[in-house]
Amino acid sequence: MTTLTEVPEAAAARETPARRRRRVDRLPYLLLLPALLIIGVLLLWPLGQVVGMSFYRLNSVRQLRGDREWPWVGLGNYTDILSDPFFLTVLRNTVLFALANVLLTMVLGTLVGLLLNRLGRRMATFVASCVMLAWATPALTGTIVWKWIFDDTSGLVTWLFNALPDGLSNTLFGRSDWTGYGWFNSPLLFFAILTLVVVWHSFPFIAVSVLAGLKSVPSELHEAARVDGASPWRVFWKITFPLLRPVFGILIVLSTIWDFKVFTQQFVLAGGTQDRPTFMLSIYSYAEAFSPPPKYGLGAAIAVILTLILLVVTGFYVRMVLRQEDES
Amino acid sequence: MKKIALNGAGLLVALFAAFPVYWMISTSLKPSSEIFSSTPQPVPAHPTLAHYREILTGNLIPGVSFLDFFLNSAIVAVSTVVLSGLVALLAATAVARFRFKLRTSFLIMLLVVQMIPLEALVIPLFLMIQRLGLYNTLPSLILTYLGFSLPFAVWMLRGFVAAVPKELEEAAAIDGASRAQTFRRVLFPLVAPGLVATSIFSFITAWNELIFALTFINDQGRYTLPVAMTFFFGRDDTNWGPVMAASTLFTLPVIIFFLLVQRRMVSGLVAGAVKG
Repeated sequence: MTTLTEVPEAAAARETPARRRRRVDRLPYLLLLPALLIIGVLLLWPLGQVVGMSFYRLNSVRQLRGDREWPWVGLGNYTDILSDPFFLTVLRNTVLFALANVLLTMVLGTLVGLLLNRLGRRMATFVASCVMLAWATPALTGTIVWKWIFDDTSGLVTWLFNALPDGLSNTLFGRSDWTGYGWFNSPLLFFAILTLVVVWHSFPFIAVSVLAGLKSVPSELHEAARVDGASPWRVFWKITFPLLRPVFGILIVLSTIWDFKVFTQQFVLAGGTQDRPTFMLSIYSYAEAFSPPPKYGLGAAIAVILTLILLVVTGFYVRMVLRQEDES
Repeated sequence: MKKIALNGAGLLVALFAAFPVYWMISTSLKPSSEIFSSTPQPVPAHPTLAHYREILTGNLIPGVSFLDFFLNSAIVAVSTVVLSGLVALLAATAVARFRFKLRTSFLIMLLVVQMIPLEALVIPLFLMIQRLGLYNTLPSLILTYLGFSLPFAVWMLRGFVAAVPKELEEAAAIDGASRAQTFRRVLFPLVAPGLVATSIFSFITAWNELIFALTFINDQGRYTLPVAMTFFFGRDDTNWGPVMAASTLFTLPVIIFFLLVQRRMVSGLVAGAVKG
């Protein structure tokens, strides 16, 4: 079973059986200890603590440092949040945004994955390399570039809309001069652009994973179906999808988790935490806690709500991964 | 005909994916007159390094230059990589080479822990950093990123350790090598490429991170690059030339590193879902 432990006789003979057994038992735990400590202290303990903090009224840094009392409010923070109509707006934004983004990312990613599988080798390498670029770009700089593309004076999109024939532009949008148009001012448009940025950044992962899945599936099935005259649509739903179901399951869950907690892109696109109508759970929690006046307890309660939602999704993910580890 | 349609679609996808990166680099090389002209130039007509010179030589705030932020980011990222690589290697050896009671529980925990929304930990970690007296220091970030990068690093390294044939270690043991020697002389050199790949992921995690760096550092001289970029650029009336030059300098190391290891990323994330 083990190498380092089941040492051949030459080395093992020097030790008494009792000593050997003790060492066999301890070494793996010793090796795990630093990792366990770090994960425990830096991830699990804070996770518990965020729940704890959500039961207190914490409105100053001095309370955090321990210089002042922590007044217990029980579920007070939660009732405050849940009774605030604004929370419903935030929840609606979060859920709709996540749904739209997961759907678009999955559809685009899958289509690109299927496309890469059909392209010639040279072309596939070229397209895949370009797709990789979008994936590799940090969320921060990717968002800054999109912001520049949507700049209201010299941005490419503003120029494109200005280049439309005035008559057409007027009939479609009711304006022909787009210079100075605030692309980020209406919440709907803001979310559309945010979706563009997030989908641009996340479809490559789906595409590459789907491609990897397709490569592992025997191609005879597809060919046979095509020879029999099945349409591409039918081939996908009757053959490709059932074979790749586990891959799709994990990809959907991972995308859901990622899209529920988008922060960097929104923070950069909105230029901070002032644009309340476009708040989603993660930025709402952050803004309540760290924008003056600080409300750490309230922010913690929102973070707990976000975590609970993701916990359900994570449950699905772990079950799926474990099932696949068993199968392979 | 069908082939043309497929290739056309491929080109469209490539354009959509790569264009923002191209536009970032292209803008960074244009003189301001071209950037702000009413008709955009697809290619810089008069390429210039003026924006790079501006951000590399000028001070963004009195006494602090772009290079200082770059250095802060590098210190944090490299420290994270070294610590996380070391700890992950030990843990990966434990789970890949030994069968013990809590092994499966540990692996499940690694999976679950990777799903914790880190955004939800800003507040309790802020509390911890305040209590430890680490507020406004770079170690506060190193510690935080160590926790974030470790689970994935262990998960990934586990595969690399398991891929080293056990016979090699057994042979070394027969030749009388101690466990420490076997680890250092046999296992370590063979796992080193995997360690490099894992390190790159930890590096990218630490290098790109924004929220915690935004929250834990108050002193502008200690800002990491992402925080500096959101603070000094991206405001109204943005001067896009220097912003794109800074973005390019920030992005290029990540893209280069990323392309070196992206294969592992897919297999690590979909963990066994894709066979092959």
